[in-house]
Amino acid sequence: MYSASDLKKGLKIEIDGEPCMITNFEFSKPGKGQALYRCKIKNLIRGNTFDKTYRSVEKINRCSLISRDYTFSYIDADDYVFSDNESFEEARLNDELLGDLKHFIVDDMKVEILFHNDRALEISLPNFVEMEIAETEPGARGDTATNVMKPAKLPNGYEINVPIFINEGDTIRIDTRTGTYSDRASKG
Amino acid sequence: MPIDSIALRDAVMQRIRAFFRKHGFTEVETPIRLKIPCMELHIDAEPSSDHFLRTSPEIFHKQLLAAGHGKIFELGKCFRRGEVGPLHNPEYTMLEWYRANADYMDVLADTKALIQSVAEVRDLGFQGGEDWKILAVSEAFLEFAGWNPVGSYAEDRFDMDLVEKVEPALKQMGGPVVLIDYPVEAAALSRRNPDNPLVAERWELYIDGIEIANAYSELTDPVEQRRRFEICAEQRKVLGKETYPIDEAFIRALEKMPPSGGIALGVDRLLMLMAGADSLDAVLPFR
Repeated sequence: MYSASDLKKGLKIEIDGEPCMITNFEFSKPGKGQALYRCKIKNLIRGNTFDKTYRSVEKINRCSLISRDYTFSYIDADDYVFSDNESFEEARLNDELLGDLKHFIVDDMKVEILFHNDRALEISLPNFVEMEIAETEPGARGDTATNVMKPAKLPNGYEINVPIFINEGDTIRIDTRTGTYSDRASKG
Repeated sequence: MPIDSIALRDAVMQRIRAFFRKHGFTEVETPIRLKIPCMELHIDAEPSSDHFLRTSPEIFHKQLLAAGHGKIFELGKCFRRGEVGPLHNPEYTMLEWYRANADYMDVLADTKALIQSVAEVRDLGFQGGEDWKILAVSEAFLEFAGWNPVGSYAEDRFDMDLVEKVEPALKQMGGPVVLIDYPVEAAALSRRNPDNPLVAERWELYIDGIEIANAYSELTDPVEQRRRFEICAEQRKVLGKETYPIDEAFIRALEKMPPSGGIALGVDRLLMLMAGADSLDAVLPFR
């Protein structure tokens, strides 16, 4: 259990059995009154944000979050299936939870999944992933400018902007945190 | 380091001293370390060896009033354990002044004149004159929180609604607002209003929704004061807080103390407002 005086921005707590994070925190003490801890809190499952004020005598549940290492194995309808690196147990994450990150998941990718009890909350991919360009207009020979971009398709059909000198069959490095082209890994 | 805030503080401190000198007040120095802190339910004193650091100079000022000093003020550091936030620092500068044979309305007149004088240092966007809004606690709670704490006080509900509903509304109103006539249960060291025993003669000055000062018609009844300390000690025990013994010299002094008005004003917060900032960081360079 946390005391109200332990609360701070970024702390993860549990409210009504659900994991939440404090996104804003302010100490307040009106007049001769008691200390109050005014928080903005984000529900990590539902994504909604709400206000809550704690009194100094209140106790707040700790939130037990566990991060485990997984390897991507296959896609099954809307689910992405990963296998635990130690127990080989499967974890299934649907594409809604993965959001845009799903476009950058490749065979045998090593990932970290954050769980609250047995519920997957969040996935983190390696910062960079290498993917081959499946389709793009041919670039002008000798043009190595990196500030002129054109659309290109990844093997999974996702479209990403790449510099004009990138060709079909080239392998590029993508920054998974921003979802953007980083550099060319090898020529096709 | 915010250099400008250093000059601002210097100018404001000079103004404050000049104001009180002009109005015949005596500047006093009272102990910063004391054996027995003044006991209040939600204020914790910082220990210092076998003493405590003062949370307020008021017990000494009241002894000075009892000894015949009628108009006194002090500018100095006070300390409150565990109070840290954008509007709180465990060490802060307090301006405290008292007037004998006066009450909380006399102190309000002082405060208006003082703020008017200090505001000449830098435009505060308002003056200390007649445009201050005076709002009874009962009216403020009825309007902004939908209930009247006078006669039906509940501590948790009062504190929560003050912070979540009333203070944000005072911020919206902007400028100086005096919240006046607190429920007698929240009287602290103020006296009951003789015409309405449900309220205590206490007011708080808010400027742009920030609490700046707390004023009383001081409680001078030694029997009532002892009773309040005893209740406070019981309540602190329930909360698991340290209790302090009753300061008998202070209780004895109350027997000779004239009816008085007194006030504590947070100088750092006033400077913060004058600097146009929303955190004390702007005026406390070593924080």
